[in-house]
Amino acid sequence: MSIGSASLDPACGPDRGLNADALRADARRESRGLLALLSPGLLLVFAVIIVPIGWLFWLSLFDETGQLSAANYARFFERASYIKTFVTTFKVAFVVTGACVLFGYPLAYMLSQLPRRAASICLIFVILPFWTSVLVRTYAWLVILQRKGLVNSWLIDLGVISQPLPLANNFAGVVIGMTHIMLPFLVLPLYASMKTIDVDCLRAGMNLGASPAATFRQIFFPLSLPGLASGVVIVFVLCLGFFVTPALMGGGKVIMWAMRMEQTTSLYSNWGAGAALGVVLLAVTLALLGFFQWLLGARATGVWSQR
Amino acid sequence: MSMENALPISHRQRLWLYALGGLVMLFLIAPSVIIVIMSFSGSTLLQFPPQEWSLRWYESYFGSVEWRDATIVSVKVAVMTAVAATLLGTAAAYAINARTLWLTGAINALLTASLIIPVILIGIGTFFLYARIDLNNTLTGLVIAHTVQALPLVVLTVLSGLRSYDMNQEKVARSLGAGRFSAFFQVTMPQIRFSIVSGALFAFITSFDEVVVSLFISGGETTTLTRRMFNALRDQIDPTIAAISTCLIVLSIVLLSPAQLFGRGR
Repeated sequence: MSIGSASLDPACGPDRGLNADALRADARRESRGLLALLSPGLLLVFAVIIVPIGWLFWLSLFDETGQLSAANYARFFERASYIKTFVTTFKVAFVVTGACVLFGYPLAYMLSQLPRRAASICLIFVILPFWTSVLVRTYAWLVILQRKGLVNSWLIDLGVISQPLPLANNFAGVVIGMTHIMLPFLVLPLYASMKTIDVDCLRAGMNLGASPAATFRQIFFPLSLPGLASGVVIVFVLCLGFFVTPALMGGGKVIMWAMRMEQTTSLYSNWGAGAALGVVLLAVTLALLGFFQWLLGARATGVWSQR
Repeated sequence: MSMENALPISHRQRLWLYALGGLVMLFLIAPSVIIVIMSFSGSTLLQFPPQEWSLRWYESYFGSVEWRDATIVSVKVAVMTAVAATLLGTAAAYAINARTLWLTGAINALLTASLIIPVILIGIGTFFLYARIDLNNTLTGLVIAHTVQALPLVVLTVLSGLRSYDMNQEKVARSLGAGRFSAFFQVTMPQIRFSIVSGALFAFITSFDEVVVSLFISGGETTTLTRRMFNALRDQIDPTIAAISTCLIVLSIVLLSPAQLFGRGR
């Protein structure tokens, strides 16, 4: 951008030629000024995020005796407890993502079809939980689902069951709590992308004799796939590294990736192993995001700003 | 109003869709509503709807020194985070918006890194770094860590404000003799002030609600509210947490509704 040229209003028109050189020299000075504006934020991020992660990565390359080795990574394949953690993590991530698609798609579809005013009122139901602290929502689900919780006492009072159902402190509890937390991450980008689908396309389909179901299946659904894909990848990636809900609702039985990292470093102070877990988690996260960005172009990144 | 996008499908044909969407909306909103109602219960038992009403859990929250100290720590950290993140984030957004710098892609990636990197890794990394420079269990450490996490939100919010603002206005002011800073503060800032305020509110709530990193780097005298809640939830279900949760829900609504409105207004 050269400041002296083009698009300025006529007010400084006559002087433009004279000012051009001086302004060009100014532009260089300004570049340095802008860099100075940018650098505090950049330095902070670099010092607090990039440096420690790089340091941890370096640590993960050495075993307990300080020898360069791949032992920290090899144990992922050798020890059954690590393999179990990965299996649990991916199982939770798949089930939660599936549940989010199952519940989120119809909701986003409904929102996109409602008149503007009704849609913005219904959107409050998605945004309000989105704003609420993860901790608060996990607490709510504990109250609702635990042994002496609301669901069990209702069902017992109604005579449906005689023994409380195991709903919290297990796999089911983690999945229910996490689905609730992840759902807005799927619905919001999906709804935004559904709003951009041209209604005329749908109308044209119906004018040409397609049934509502066929119009949805052949026109609307394919057009909504990019939005769905970005929602799915966000939810899946967030699930892989999620900590709070499994830690509080897993009852110590559902050990996910992030909990394993916390235990390895805080409980056992095994920084090499914990760091290796973190490095692999970051690599998987970046690979999934990168793959989807490549698949969908710029759409995937735009959606991140929804957070 | 509804004619703008009406398809020849009647509402009756869509009843199943409304029913399904309604159920999902209920699933989304029910936990918050239940907690708010239960916080006014008079009983230690988890009953819904409560048989008797009282404010005893609010009294227990405000009367407890530990909860009060934790709340004060969280408020202090959140205020300082909001100030720091807004200053750094607005400056960064301004520089990015000028588009004269090299490597804008890399700069954006670095600034928004904390949105993409799993937060557990940030927590462990920060704890590891702080252990070497004695910042664990300090307010400064918490503010720095939270500022890094809030920074991308401020940058993105202010950037979207700057994108809808015509930068030529600032150039005009400068061509008329205003310096860079006075041009910014007198011409640009008043017009993007809503974005800046939104960014500050997002930063405040990001810090106030932050759990994972605080679990690692706060403790002792600087235990944050969320860390204390997390530990309390591991032990038992104390209805006091329902009262605290209600306060957090109200705080989110009060702070983020204007942020949402301002953000859209610009």
